[in-house]
Amino acid sequence: MTDHSSDIDSVSGKSTTGHEWDGIKELNTPLPRWWVITFYLTIVWAIGYWVVYPAWPLIQSNTTGMFGYSSRADVAVELANLEKIRGDKMVALGAASLADIEKDPALLALARAKGKTVFGDNCAPCHGSGAAGAKGYPNLNDDDWLWGGTLDQIMQTIQFGARSGHAKTHEGQMLAFGKDGVLKPDEIVTVANYVRSLSGLPTRQGFDKAKGEKIFAENCVACHGDGGKGNQEMGAPNLTDKIWLYGSDEAALIETISQGRAGVMPAWEGRLDPATIKAMAVYVHSLGGGK
Amino acid sequence: MNKTVNPNELKPADDVGPLYAARKKVYPQSVSGTFRRIKWSLMAICLGVYYFLPFVRWNRGLGAPSQAVLIDLPNSRFYFFFIELWPQEVYYFTGLLIVAAVALFLMNSVGGRIWCGYLCPQTVWTDLFYAVERLIEGDRRERMKKDKSSDPLKLERISEIVLKHSIWLMIAWWTGGAWVLYFNDAPTLVKELVTFQGPMIAYIWIGILTATTYVFAGYMREQVCTYMCPWPRIQAALTDEWALNVTYRYDRGEKRTSVKKAAELRALGEQVGDCVDCYQCVAVCPTGIDIRNGPQMECIQCGLCIDACDNVMTKIGRPKRLIGYDNDINIHRRQEGKAPIYRIVRARTIVYSAIIAAIGGFMIYMLATRSLLDVNVLHDRNPVAVKLSDGSIRNAYTVRLLNKSGYDRAIAIDVEGPVNPTMHVVGADSVTPDRPIIVIPRDSTSELRLLVTAPAENNPEKSIPVRFHVMDIGLGVAATATDNFVAP
Repeated sequence: MTDHSSDIDSVSGKSTTGHEWDGIKELNTPLPRWWVITFYLTIVWAIGYWVVYPAWPLIQSNTTGMFGYSSRADVAVELANLEKIRGDKMVALGAASLADIEKDPALLALARAKGKTVFGDNCAPCHGSGAAGAKGYPNLNDDDWLWGGTLDQIMQTIQFGARSGHAKTHEGQMLAFGKDGVLKPDEIVTVANYVRSLSGLPTRQGFDKAKGEKIFAENCVACHGDGGKGNQEMGAPNLTDKIWLYGSDEAALIETISQGRAGVMPAWEGRLDPATIKAMAVYVHSLGGGK
Repeated sequence: MNKTVNPNELKPADDVGPLYAARKKVYPQSVSGTFRRIKWSLMAICLGVYYFLPFVRWNRGLGAPSQAVLIDLPNSRFYFFFIELWPQEVYYFTGLLIVAAVALFLMNSVGGRIWCGYLCPQTVWTDLFYAVERLIEGDRRERMKKDKSSDPLKLERISEIVLKHSIWLMIAWWTGGAWVLYFNDAPTLVKELVTFQGPMIAYIWIGILTATTYVFAGYMREQVCTYMCPWPRIQAALTDEWALNVTYRYDRGEKRTSVKKAAELRALGEQVGDCVDCYQCVAVCPTGIDIRNGPQMECIQCGLCIDACDNVMTKIGRPKRLIGYDNDINIHRRQEGKAPIYRIVRARTIVYSAIIAAIGGFMIYMLATRSLLDVNVLHDRNPVAVKLSDGSIRNAYTVRLLNKSGYDRAIAIDVEGPVNPTMHVVGADSVTPDRPIIVIPRDSTSELRLLVTAPAENNPEKSIPVRFHVMDIGLGVAATATDNFVAP
């Protein structure tokens, strides 16, 4: 160590460090005492911290510290508390019947809140965040239901899905009448126009209604029923109403008839717990279209 | 290379010294008289109201709080005797604050800093703390002597100091304690607090207000008025030449001289002032100023110097009110030998009174005619509209009904706007189709999901204004909200 006390800067009267550049010297300004003490205290603190808290990484794990603290354990405790708070309410929800939930304002509010959240996480990618659907994905706000719109039917659809591969899933699909060679192209155009006429939509000029009716009776009534009213057992849509999952214009209908349709909804049983599925059924039912 | 200079020979960089004057401790002397009596009475009223108001009961019926003045934060309600306010009615407080501000201006234009001298919490509590100090440590001279004394502390002096601070802290603690009682049922909370069952936040607030009261009234005192409060600066801009302020009448007071000399000079027929330079006005002043130097920012106009001076004038047989509520105009008039004039009614006081009357009247009118039933409607945004299988259009609304009265209401909802509408409330089957009837519990809000459906062919417009009428079917009270009925 050099002795700085001998070299005093004439202007400030302070000692210098002895470093000099082009006649400019660096003043020796020591750190404030309080700062140095605080610094040493932090070092002492850090050593204590190493001992009591997890600190040192090891090859397989890390030192756990004397307090046995872990942030993961904290999360587990918090989650357990949350479950405890929610527990009773969700148990009540799971125990009540669907109809009872809709009648009890408190349970309805809980189911709607829970259902809305779960819907956003699981259903919105296809059905949209407001459940308004899209082409091929049904609008859940309206009163037109492929598989039925009662609480029980909605719950069943959520549980097992549609064409999902689940043992209890809804089955039944629109055949590809054109691709499979069942109907000739001109027959498809005719029956497409006939389907449009069922709901009062305008038809192509020179369209032969009798022929369309005949083709429809031979090929479509098995699923869509007499007069095209549909069949919820098979997910066959009502063709006489104003709601069209894949579009109502002639081109869309021709595509549907030629290529067939078989939209898939996954089964949610096993992915979501029963109480949550119940909540979702109530939520979807309460959107406005529930029967 | 630098020339080496002895550090002791260096000139100081700048003039050193504090930027602020050190506080001179004030030792106000006790005084008696008219203004002191007014101050004692107002102190008793203000503190009495503050400490005991939470215990006043008001019957609002079973299940509602029975406290006359209560700020119920958890349930977001404010109760004031017969008035109950909801959070959305906070604008009444805006009105109250405007009235309070203008009332302050009015006071100021009539009689100067009446607020500062008599009513401000800082003045009231400081006055109380001075009273305690005087009771225990003695009057001005004794206190000054005790503070100056360099003798080692004796047991008697120590016990005095301990006693004073204990009483101060008790008052401060009670001040904080009364504060929290405005936020919860007072008798219940008192029971909880003394058995240490009270909520932590109550103890924290008691602690905060104990500390502020103790520090502000025990230590900072007049410094709060002089340095912290903006009002002394503002009021200087609001006053005018007619406002009555605590004034030393120099037309009468000067030249100052002793009683004896004044008598001699008067005998010779010479002009002498009534002021005998006794410094009583300075001794009693809680802000430690000399009122004879004219109007000063530090002066809170408490009137104690008037009492002090009146007592002296009585003793020496001269007329009272050498210091009094007066103004410069009258001093000049007296100097010119004219009679003083007092103008309480002038443009400024009329305007202030009119503003107070207008806003106060408007608030009373609003409060008296406000509806205790209200409705808000929020249109669903996603989806905005739904087409149903028969082609009709359905819009969904979140309807929030507010029942501010103390009884349950049966509400009928009617919709007006689209042609042939039908209504359905989700989760509430109504016995009357197309006219839902809902019960809202008293003093609460109910949120409903309301579906309005109308045939598309009758309602071709893209958007139709829609009005929701809600009506208490028992009392006929009604409220309306508007929104739009939108086609997909």
